[in-house]
Amino acid sequence: MHVPDGYLDAATTAGTAAVAAAGVALALRGARRELDERTAPMAGLTAAFVFAVQMMNFPIAYGTSGHLIGGALTAVLVGPWTAVLCMTVVLLVQALVFADGGLTALGTNVTLMGLVAVGVGYGAFRLLRAVLPAGRTGVLAAAGVGAFLSVPVAALVFVGLFGLGGVADVSLTSVAAAMGGVHLLIGLGEAAITVAVLGAVLAVRPDLVRGARHLQRATTLAPRPATAGRPAAPTAVDAR
Amino acid sequence: MTRTRTFVLVGVVVALLIAGVGSWYASSSPDGLEATAAEQGFGDTAEDSAAADSPLADYSLAGVDDARLSGGLAGVVGVLLVLALAGGLTLVLRRRSSGSRDGADTGAHDTATALGTSTRDELDDPAGRR
Repeated sequence: MHVPDGYLDAATTAGTAAVAAAGVALALRGARRELDERTAPMAGLTAAFVFAVQMMNFPIAYGTSGHLIGGALTAVLVGPWTAVLCMTVVLLVQALVFADGGLTALGTNVTLMGLVAVGVGYGAFRLLRAVLPAGRTGVLAAAGVGAFLSVPVAALVFVGLFGLGGVADVSLTSVAAAMGGVHLLIGLGEAAITVAVLGAVLAVRPDLVRGARHLQRATTLAPRPATAGRPAAPTAVDAR
Repeated sequence: MTRTRTFVLVGVVVALLIAGVGSWYASSSPDGLEATAAEQGFGDTAEDSAAADSPLADYSLAGVDDARLSGGLAGVVGVLLVLALAGGLTLVLRRRSSGSRDGADTGAHDTATALGTSTRDELDDPAGRR
C-alpha cells in the first residue's frame, strides 16, 4: 500500500506529514514506557522482520498482489507506541533507500501504515482480548482479527485522503469499492501471517509477546530477573 | 538473557533468509493500491520518487547483473539497516528511560551517557514535553 509521490496534492500531503510527525512525537514519548529489557531487543528484530516480510508479495485475485503491513503484528509483539516507531523506521528506509513509497508521500505512508494500521490493529486486538477467553487461542484470534481489519481500514483512509486531495478526477465511490475489495483479500493474508508468526513466538518464548503478558502473569508469578523491581512497566500502557 | 539473545539472533537469520532468498519467489504483480490506481485511471499520476536513483532503488543492488543476487543483496542490506536503526533507536529510548524515570535502576544510565549526546538531544525535543 506504499503511496507514491503524485497521487495526492501538496496540501493533503503536507497535512498527512503533520499528522505523521505528531504521531511519531507521541510515540517517542509513549515507547519509553513500553521499552524494557525484554521489548527493546525485540523491537529491532520485529522491524527488520517486517521489512523482510513486506518484500514477500503474495498473489491475490486478478493479477494483483499484496504484502504484510505488519502494524498489528508489531503492536502485539512490542506495544503500540514502539510499533509506530518500528513501522516508521521501515517506511523511512523503504522510501529513502529503496524508492518504495514516495519521498514527499512518506508522511502519508507513516499515517496509513504506521498510525492507522497500528491503531486499528492494536485497538481491535485489545477490545477482543478483553472479551475472548483468556489463553493463547484468544490472543491469536484477537490479533488475527485486528490484523485483518487494519488493512481495509488503512485502504479506506487512503480513499478518504484521495477524496480530499487526489489529483486525478475519478469516481471516489468506484475507487473506494476497488480499494476496499482488494484490501479485504490482502487483509486475509495479513491475518494469516500475523497469526502464524505470533503463534510461533508464543510457542517458543511467550514472554516476549508484549500483548500476551497477561498469560505469563496468570501462569507464573515468579519474578523475572530482567524486570524485577519494575513491576509497573508492563501495565503502564494498559492504564492509559 | 542468553536465551533472548539466541531468539533475537535466530529471528534476524530468518529475516535475512526471507529478504535475501525468499523474496525471489515473491509475486511481481502490482500491489493492491497500484492495481486499483491503474484500473481506476489514476495510476499515471504517480511520479518518480526523488530516491529513484538510489543504488538500491526497487530492491535491486545497482551494478549486480544477476537479478536474483541483486535482489537478495538489496534485501539483506535493508534488513540490516532497519535492524540497526530500529534497534538503536529503541535501545537509546529504553536506556534513557531507565536512567531518568526510575533513578537507580540497573546502571543502564551510564551506557546511555556513553552513547553520546547528539542522538539523545534530538529525541529530547518531542519527548521532553509532558
